[in-house]
Amino acid sequence: MMPAMRATLAAGFAEPVLDAQACFRAALEAMARPGRVQRVAAPPEAPPPLGGAAAALLLTLADADTPVWLDAGPEAEAWARFHAGCPIAAAPGEAAFLLAAGPMPPLASLAAGSEEEPHRSATLILQVAALAEGEGWRLSGPGIEREHRLRVEGLPPGFAADWAANQARFPQGVDLFLCAGDRLAALPRTTHLAAG
Amino acid sequence: MAYVAVKGGERAIEAAHAWLARERRGDPGLPALTVGQIEQQLGLAVDRVMAEGACHDRGLAALAIKQARGDLIEAAFLLRAYRTTLPRFAASLPLDTGAMRIRRRISATYKDLPGGQVLGPTFDYTHRLLDFALAAEDEAPPPPPEASAEAERMPRVTGILAQEGLMQGEVAGEAEPPDLTREPLAFPAERPLRLQSLARGDEGFLLALGYSTQRGYGNAHPFVGEIRMGEVTVEIVPPELGFAIEIGEITVTECQMVNQFAGSKTEPPQFTRGYGLTFGHAERKAMAMALVDRALRARELGEEATAPAESEEFVLYHCDNVEATGFVEHLKLPHYVDFQSELEKIRQLRATALREAAE
Amino acid sequence: MSDATGSEGAAPDPARRRWMGVLARASAAEIAERLAALPPPPPHRRLRAPETGLVMARGRQGGDGAPFNLGEMTVTRCSVALPDGRIGHAYVAGRDRRQAELAALLDALLQDADRRPALLAAVIEPLAAAQAARAAQQAARAAATRVQFFTMATMR
Repeated sequence: MMPAMRATLAAGFAEPVLDAQACFRAALEAMARPGRVQRVAAPPEAPPPLGGAAAALLLTLADADTPVWLDAGPEAEAWARFHAGCPIAAAPGEAAFLLAAGPMPPLASLAAGSEEEPHRSATLILQVAALAEGEGWRLSGPGIEREHRLRVEGLPPGFAADWAANQARFPQGVDLFLCAGDRLAALPRTTHLAAG
Repeated sequence: MAYVAVKGGERAIEAAHAWLARERRGDPGLPALTVGQIEQQLGLAVDRVMAEGACHDRGLAALAIKQARGDLIEAAFLLRAYRTTLPRFAASLPLDTGAMRIRRRISATYKDLPGGQVLGPTFDYTHRLLDFALAAEDEAPPPPPEASAEAERMPRVTGILAQEGLMQGEVAGEAEPPDLTREPLAFPAERPLRLQSLARGDEGFLLALGYSTQRGYGNAHPFVGEIRMGEVTVEIVPPELGFAIEIGEITVTECQMVNQFAGSKTEPPQFTRGYGLTFGHAERKAMAMALVDRALRARELGEEATAPAESEEFVLYHCDNVEATGFVEHLKLPHYVDFQSELEKIRQLRATALREAAE
Repeated sequence: MSDATGSEGAAPDPARRRWMGVLARASAAEIAERLAALPPPPPHRRLRAPETGLVMARGRQGGDGAPFNLGEMTVTRCSVALPDGRIGHAYVAGRDRRQAELAALLDALLQDADRRPALLAAVIEPLAAAQAARAAQQAARAAATRVQFFTMATMR
C-alpha cells in the first residue's frame, strides 16, 4: 500500500501560506455570514473524491494538533497527512475536523465540546451535490440580519432533525461546512433552519 | 466617556509611533545597525531573547532586538508573537547534550575530570575594567590560539557520581512531555512542565530566586557539577520518512547543579541534581535555572518547602516576563470608567466618615 | 521500483541520513555554488512548496532523564518530485526557503544510483569537508583553553 501511495503523492497548495490564508479568510466569512456561498482556490491536485473547497478547507484548518477523520480513502488520507501533518483519528468522535465525502456521520456522535470549553468541538466538512442561494431553507440566527435562503442538494433525509438537535445543545455542538466543488457555505451551531 | 478619549487618540498614536521609529534610528548621521551586526556582535543578547522568547532563530531574535530598540523583554515578546503565526511540524528527539561539540566545559567539583576543564570564550578571569580600545574604531582581533584536540570523551560529571551510586538517578522514560504552549499551566506541575517554564523564564527573576536559595531561603548546598556549552544536533522523525534525520545544530548551555540530600524514608543520603538547559550561551541563566529546579524538587524529595523558590505556584506563575509585562503594563491602559467608580466610592466613604465624625 | 520512489517508511538509510544532515547544515549559496558545477538537474515539481514552521526542541531532565520541551526553533521544509517519480524531502533549521528546496531536490537526485557518485563527489563531500573543518577549528580553539594544572608538590 505504501509504495502505491508514494508513487501518486499529489501536490498541496502551490503557496502554502498565502493560499491557506486566503481560504481561511473565506472560511471566516462563511462562518460569520451563515449560508452565504464563498468561492475558494482549490489545491490543484487534490486526490478524488475530495472536492476543491473541501480539500482546501482541510489543508487550511488541520494541523499536527488536530486529529482528522475522513472517509475519502487511503490516498486522500496520505495526502492530508503529508500536507497538513494531521494525525488520522480512529473514530469520528475523536476528531477535531471531519471530512465526509460519503454518508454523513451522525452529528450526535461527534465531539461537541464541554460547557466550560465549547470550542473543543468538531467541525464537519461535508461534501454535497450543490449549493444555491435565494431558495430552499430559511436561515436565521447570529450573522443573518433577517433571513437568508440556501438550498443544499445531497443531504441525508434526517438532516433537518439532526441539525435542530445540534442547535439545541448550544453552547456545545458541531459546526458545519458544506462544500460543492470550489464553493462552500457554513452552518455554525447557532444557525436556525426552517423549511423553505 | 472612556471611548471618546480612545477615539481621540488615533492621531496622537500615529505621531507617537512615527517618533518612536525616529528614536529607534537615532542620529541619521551615524550608520544604521544591521540585523547581521546585532546577531554577530550582540550575540548574548540574541541568545537571551531566543531563550525567553522560547524560539530559536538568531536572525529573528536580532531583528526583534533592533525593533525593540534593545529592550530585551519587548524583543522576547515580539518573538513569542511571531512564533504563533507558524505551524508546528514536529517535536525533536531529545537533544543529546552528552554528545555536544564542546566549546566550554567546567566543573567545580572535580579538578581532573576526563576531558579536562575547557574554559571556552568566557568573561571569567577578565578584569571587568572598561576597555576603551573598543570605543575606538576597532579592527577584528587576531584569531585565537589553537591546540591539537584529542577526541577525548567528555563524560558528564553526574555520570561519574552515579557510577559510585552517590547520585540519584533520573527518571527515565519516553513519556510525551506536557507542553505549556498547548495547555495552560496547571498545578501540581511535574518536573518536565517546570523545566519548560523555567527554560523560558526571565533570567533576572530566576537569578534572584536562585540567589535566595543560597542565602538561606531554602536549604541548598549547591556545587556546579558541570557547565557545558556548545553545539548539539537536532533530529526529527518526519512521518513521511519514518526515520530520524538531522535538521541542523543549535548552541545550548547546560548546567548540572549537584546538591546534598539527607535522604528520606525510601532513599539513602546521596546527591541530587538541579538541571538547567537554555538556548545559546547563557551560563547565568542555566545556573539560576538549575538552582531553582532543585529548589522546586523539595516536595517530591520529601523536604520541607517553605522558601519562595520552593513554591512552584509562586515561581512558575511569575517567571514568565512576557506574562508579567502584560499584566504590569496593562495598568497604564485607560481605566477611566473603573477609576470613576472608585472615585465615587471614596467620596461616599469620606462623606460618611466626616458626617459620623461631626455627629 | 521501490528505489525509484524513494525510501519512505523504510529502515533508516545511513547514506541518505548523512546527506540530508550535511545539506541541513549548508547554506543555500554553498549548495547552489557546488550544484552549478554539474550539468543542470531535470526540472522538478514542488510537491510541498517551501514552508517555514516550528520544531519543538526537547531536552532531557538532568541531561539523561525523561524528555521536556525546551523551546521551539524555526525550520523550513520542502518536498519535490522529479519527472521519473523520485521524491525528495528536506527539513532544515532556519527560514531559508531556497536552502530547503535545493536540499529536497538533491535528496531526490541522490536517490538515483546513477547520479549519486557525481553528486556525492561534487556537492556532499565538499560540503561535509567544510563543515568538518569548521568543527575542527572550533575544537582546536576549545583545546587551547583547556586548563593544564601543574601540581604544587613538585615545586616544594
